[in-house]
Amino acid sequence: MKDFNYSAPKTVKEAISLLGSLQGEVKVLCGGQSMLVLMKQGMLAPEHIVDIKGISELDYIRFSEEKGLTIGALATHGAVEKSPIVKEKYPVLAEMEDNLAVVQTRTWGTIGGNVCHGDPAADPPAVFIALSSKYKLMGKKERIVNAEDFYKDLLEVDLEHGELLVEVQVPPMPANSGVAQEKLMVQKGDMGIVGAAAFVTVNPSTGICEDARIVLTNVASIPFRAKGSEKVLIGKKIDEKLLEEAGQIASEEVDPPADTHGSEEYRRDMARVFLKRATAKALQRAQQKN
Amino acid sequence: MSNKLIDLKFKVNGKEVELKVNPKTLLLEVLREELKLTGTRQSCEVSACGACTVNIDGKAARACSILAVQLNGHEVVTIEGVADGKTLHPIQEKMVSHGAIECGWCTSGMVMSARALLLENLKPTRDDIKKALQGNLCADSGYVKYVEAIEMAAEVMQGNK
Ligand SMILES: Cc1cc2nc3c(=O)[nH]c(=O)nc-3n(C[C@H](O)[C@H](O)[C@H](O)COP(=O)(O)OP(=O)(O)OC[C@H]3O[C@@H](n4cnc5c(N)ncnc54)[C@H](O)[C@@H]3O)c2cc1C
Ligand code: FES
Repeated sequence: MKDFNYSAPKTVKEAISLLGSLQGEVKVLCGGQSMLVLMKQGMLAPEHIVDIKGISELDYIRFSEEKGLTIGALATHGAVEKSPIVKEKYPVLAEMEDNLAVVQTRTWGTIGGNVCHGDPAADPPAVFIALSSKYKLMGKKERIVNAEDFYKDLLEVDLEHGELLVEVQVPPMPANSGVAQEKLMVQKGDMGIVGAAAFVTVNPSTGICEDARIVLTNVASIPFRAKGSEKVLIGKKIDEKLLEEAGQIASEEVDPPADTHGSEEYRRDMARVFLKRATAKALQRAQQKN
Repeated sequence: MSNKLIDLKFKVNGKEVELKVNPKTLLLEVLREELKLTGTRQSCEVSACGACTVNIDGKAARACSILAVQLNGHEVVTIEGVADGKTLHPIQEKMVSHGAIECGWCTSGMVMSARALLLENLKPTRDDIKKALQGNLCADSGYVKYVEAIEMAAEVMQGNK
């Protein structure tokens, strides 16, 4: 690993002013669970590291009926996994964490670090987008962006120089809605070869799908919103035939990478399969709530 | 570029430790090279095997994937801090007596993952134990006896055996 200048601010204010004043290549470090891998390989060699892991004011998980769930950037994966309020109100996030990496990584890795890394295979961005979440960013000014608009390209996110992500805001779950996440893993805890997060709302009297937001992972350079699939589901009663159609559309629309874990063709087909699985589960959950 | 040394003050196995480190130093390097605590294994070094597992504030973490400076103010326990003097911890005792240890390479990491689990939950199910060991690879594939030994240790710690 190359040498770097190191500072560890203790407050958001301190961090922002430091980030604004440093010259040269500056990188924020949180748990380092993604970043250190790149630094050890020499793929990332910043001149300055601003370590935010000690900014305890950003370590929280809060819930209110009006605002929903707010997760501070420093909340670890382990904290989200074990949070009673997460389990009660957004069990999909606890399920997601159970399959995200391993215990040790969840102890030190953070939600903020995960969503800012910009890995299209990562799970939280997809689930947050499916849930219509927003990210709160802090720099010279405060900005709120839709999680969906935050992802620009492979490992590239909408963070300006000197900005920090401070909070993830997940709105309350609408009535008659359900959400689920599924991913294809060789071993539990692996990054998904392909994954899907699905959110649906169903009219309790007619059984018609009124809204659908489906996001696929590891099938494009950013989390992939399966808009074509959503379109065929909304306004109809979802059955196996319709799900298959939605899955087919996704398999055509995605632009997946090919690697040792799966060819492009295989990933396209798995996009179909996992979109169907996640959507069927979300649908079932929405119906159970009726 | 300057590589100014940074103060690091933390607790290791119950003792306050103070040193100055290059900020790029990994926790694993500080433990093994500065503090000569070599029971924590240096293995894959890319967060793939779990042999470097230690406990930070009672939770399992991988020492190869954390900058040492981030431990300022925290408490680390390594395999050297698990036994009570010459008396083995029930986890260690049961792993030995049940024959869970084969080549021993992964053992310290296994003990540390098990310790973190039992600190949080003294009555784990078999599934809880398997999940706790999910991030610890054993090249001999000797998982079953590790799981059984941890079940036995939990019984001892509950005062049942
Ligand atoms: C073995 C292993 C398995 C894994 N499996 C999965 C998996 O299945 N699913 C999954 O989704 N992830 C997985 N991951 C990824 C990993 O868990 C997360 O990406 C990690 O938790 C990132 O958090 P961190 O705090 O360590 O971030 P860091 O590594 O410190 O930072 C990551 C990036 O985010 C930036 N950053 C961090 N915090 C902020 C902030 N608050 N504001 C602005 N920028 C910030 C950094 O500059 C850097 O670019 C795995 C990792 C490992 C090592
Ligand atoms: S040496 Fe740390 S996980 Fe392998």
